Amino acid sequence: MIEFESVSKTYPGPTAAVSEFSLTVPSHRTVVLVGSSGSGKSTLLRMVNRMVDPTGGRVLIDDEDVRDRDPVALRRSIGYVLQNGGLMPHWTVLDNVATVPVLTGTPKRQARLAAKELLERVGLDPAMGRRYPGQLSGGQQQRVGVARALATDPNILLMDEPFGAVDPIMRRELQEELLRLQTELHKTILFVTHDIDEAFLLGDEVVVLREGGQIAQRGTPAEILAAPADDFVRGFTGVDRAERTLSTMEVDGRTIAVDGTGRPVGVFAP
Amino acid sequence: MTWLNANWPQVIELSGDHLALSVPAILISILIAVPIGRLAHRRPKIGTPLLSAATLMYAIPALPLLIIIPVVFGIPLRSPATMIVALSVYGVALLVRTAADAFGSVDARVREAAVAVGHSPRSVFWRVDLPLAIPVLLSGIRVVTVSTVSLVTIGALIGVPSLGTLLTDGFQRGIEAEVATGVIVTIILALILDVLLLAAGRAAAPWTRTPRAKAVAA
Ligand SMILES: Nc1ncnc2c1ncn2[C@@H]1O[C@H](COP(=O)(O)OP(=O)(O)O)[C@@H](O)[C@H]1O
Ligand SMILES: [Mg+2]
Repeated sequence: MIEFESVSKTYPGPTAAVSEFSLTVPSHRTVVLVGSSGSGKSTLLRMVNRMVDPTGGRVLIDDEDVRDRDPVALRRSIGYVLQNGGLMPHWTVLDNVATVPVLTGTPKRQARLAAKELLERVGLDPAMGRRYPGQLSGGQQQRVGVARALATDPNILLMDEPFGAVDPIMRRELQEELLRLQTELHKTILFVTHDIDEAFLLGDEVVVLREGGQIAQRGTPAEILAAPADDFVRGFTGVDRAERTLSTMEVDGRTIAVDGTGRPVGVFAP
Repeated sequence: MTWLNANWPQVIELSGDHLALSVPAILISILIAVPIGRLAHRRPKIGTPLLSAATLMYAIPALPLLIIIPVVFGIPLRSPATMIVALSVYGVALLVRTAADAFGSVDARVREAAVAVGHSPRSVFWRVDLPLAIPVLLSGIRVVTVSTVSLVTIGALIGVPSLGTLLTDGFQRGIEAEVATGVIVTIILALILDVLLLAAGRAAAPWTRTPRAKAVAA
């Protein structure tokens, strides 16, 4: 369980990056922070592994203030997936995946062997382990990033727009893969994105942020779609957009769903 | 050619002396310039003036430098140690800026990712910063190597034997072949070291050599 207790972060400048933010991320759940660029998502995420220390408030992991933890040990205990993979360009894929186990003293051979299994787990050919990240596609690099984050079987995964830089088809595949992994692994995932569709797809709970890390609304995707808190959420989630305003139509005794422009988008199961 | 035929054992010996002066000087230059370059990159406030000062050392004329060094370090003037210190001063001056650039060439996002997954500061330096700085660092080391090998010859002026001895001796005695041999063998030594460095650099940075493979299905 991750708890943000009215955390703030101010950088030199007129406005705070985050102010008085509180949130509980329950264990084994996926919580998605969604907001436009600069709304403080990364800042919040990075408070969990002490890449950023809050200027006010505290962050607790399982009731322990992260400030009392050694930052290096803390980071090794948390899986972190970054947008552009964040892989070491000078290490092979296998060594990238084995990073944290090797840092914590697992013998290299053993760590590499485990890394091979992890590659398979995230849908990559283990033979790819000998390559360098520069020889992989963006989507493959992201998978390696996920494998690296899973290498120590951490309880917590932090994911900062991990699929933001890959093309839409690949993104969709990676999202499905993450959903599949999560049904097997039950990690506590804090996921950051600016893509509301991604947030609704992946999040057990979604937190919509406005500037300065202010929570505009939090709830399950269904709750947010059913009752957007205000015009900001309404606009951000696009509940008024044609593709989200569905209605039904009877055709030959079947019920068809049509979107706001009258385009048929699906059929109700009998 | 007849001169070389008669004197090749001496040429070999002086080449050995030449290497014994230049290789330690090159290594010392690297050992000193790399930390300074790293500091300059990390703390530009201290680093920028430090870089300028270090670079300026290159402007010190060789003969006064060779006279000051024994005084400062308490070593004899006509000793290999004096030469090695002098060559190191020039080596550091040549290398510091490239060393700073080398660390600057490391992608900040990669460094940050390394920290975020749990590398300690020490591990970031040894396993991330330093290896990734190698390609740029190597270009600087190659310049220092060639420069040092050629500078060693001035040691002959204070009586420290090297291939430079062939130059001073050849000039004094008017033996053209001796002078030519000194020049040519010095250049050959520089070339050999340069080739070795290139090979070492390629071995140390295998990831820079791999062509981007065609990405198959992710
Ligand atoms: N190291 C920093 N120094 C100064 N300002 C920063 C720094 N990091 C983030 N900020 C500012 O904090 C705000 C939130 O940034 P961030 O958390 O990265 O937002 P997001 O991830 O939602 O795009 C932005 O206005 C950004 O400019
Ligand atoms: Mg961000």
